[in-house]
Amino acid sequence: MAKYAFFLGCIAPLRYPGLEKSTRVISERLGLELVDIQDASCCPAPGVIRAFSRDAWLAAAARNLALAEKMGLPIVTICNGCYGSLFEAAHELNNNADKLAAINKILAEIGMEYKGTTQVRHFAEVLYNDVGIEKIKAAITKPLDYQVATFYGCHFLKPSEIKEIDDPENPHILDDLVEATGATSLPRKQKTLCCGAGGGLKAAFGDVAKEFTKTNLENMTESGAKYIVDVCPFCHLQFDSVQGDLGYSIPVLHLSQLYGIAMGMSAEDLGLSAHVVPVKL
Amino acid sequence: MNITEIKPNPEFEAEIVAAGGEDVKMCFQCGTCTASCPSGRRTSYRVRKLMRMAQLGLKDQIVNSEELWECSTCYTCVERCPRSVPIVDVVIALRNIAVAEGHIYDNHKKTAASFYKTGHTVGINDKIKALRSSMGLPEIPPTVLSNKKAMEDVDKILKATGFNKIVE
Repeated sequence: MAKYAFFLGCIAPLRYPGLEKSTRVISERLGLELVDIQDASCCPAPGVIRAFSRDAWLAAAARNLALAEKMGLPIVTICNGCYGSLFEAAHELNNNADKLAAINKILAEIGMEYKGTTQVRHFAEVLYNDVGIEKIKAAITKPLDYQVATFYGCHFLKPSEIKEIDDPENPHILDDLVEATGATSLPRKQKTLCCGAGGGLKAAFGDVAKEFTKTNLENMTESGAKYIVDVCPFCHLQFDSVQGDLGYSIPVLHLSQLYGIAMGMSAEDLGLSAHVVPVKL
Repeated sequence: MNITEIKPNPEFEAEIVAAGGEDVKMCFQCGTCTASCPSGRRTSYRVRKLMRMAQLGLKDQIVNSEELWECSTCYTCVERCPRSVPIVDVVIALRNIAVAEGHIYDNHKKTAASFYKTGHTVGINDKIKALRSSMGLPEIPPTVLSNKKAMEDVDKILKATGFNKIVE
């Protein structure tokens, strides 16, 4: 069984625990063993904490990477923000001995060391590359006929120069993953437009962030989509929390929840009561 | 017409590099970034202008500007830049320089304080605890929230890098 160190992050366990639960359940069904990383902190968030202090960001990220390194497993995360931070921190430290040495001076203060070996993976990419569409199709017990707007977010695929997962301007892997459930992914305008929440924009300029979300919602509505499927708890939070103000009510599901529905999970285990926009099964 | 004299400050580039931003000098002002920027469609943020200001070393204007904080770090400009300028890294470096001089929004300070105090950028509440339990998940996730020693470790790391100065 393929094994991974499961990095929880903040928004999933502390705002939408259904994302965490459904990830655990569907992983088991798909033959992925997720081992919790004990004692991890926030990744830390790439658009806020990194923007305040790159040094603090890198040191705290290195601690998380070192915890997974001790387990001898690659990190898997269901959040674009965590993926962005941990992937970029690993890329920086795993390829630069001087930076690694400097970080280890800080980690030594808490009796830790990072050797620079941890690999960082996004759960959606693991599903696509390690499990594969055929095996996913075979695990679906309740095929869905949903009309879906897929939402990749930004830090899943970009910067593509180091992530090399899919074409960031015209991606397909999330669409393929969604369609494996029987659902249809509908084409729409500006499919790769940011949700607006990242980079500290939601916290400092919430109305500007909403303007991004509004354009996305207009394009999704025009496409005929009845569900939004994301791969990031922060995009999920943005779409779920601001739709009411903007006069929309398109249910928002993380890919793990969509798979949970297609594998027969209950509304309780999917954590749907935490959603602002009601999701009816 | 008023003409403002600009005094370039070439030393500023070294400051940007030290804060983790490199290659800002590679920008040749084509404007692909501004044309691609979703924030620029909705705000007065202009990526090309910010890169030029950084090249010229207009530090005071940059650290005092609202626009510096209007980038959502979506990386569209980075993907399309024909000179491979790591624009987001430059923006992050400029923000680090601004924060070090005390320029930080209240809500950002709150996020930083939450991370400093709890190891997470958002807090846990009773409703979420109950929901987690009802789903068969541990009431408190197995992160720093579950281990006082781990939280002390994070605290030490943040103090060692001066993060405490941002929130205090």
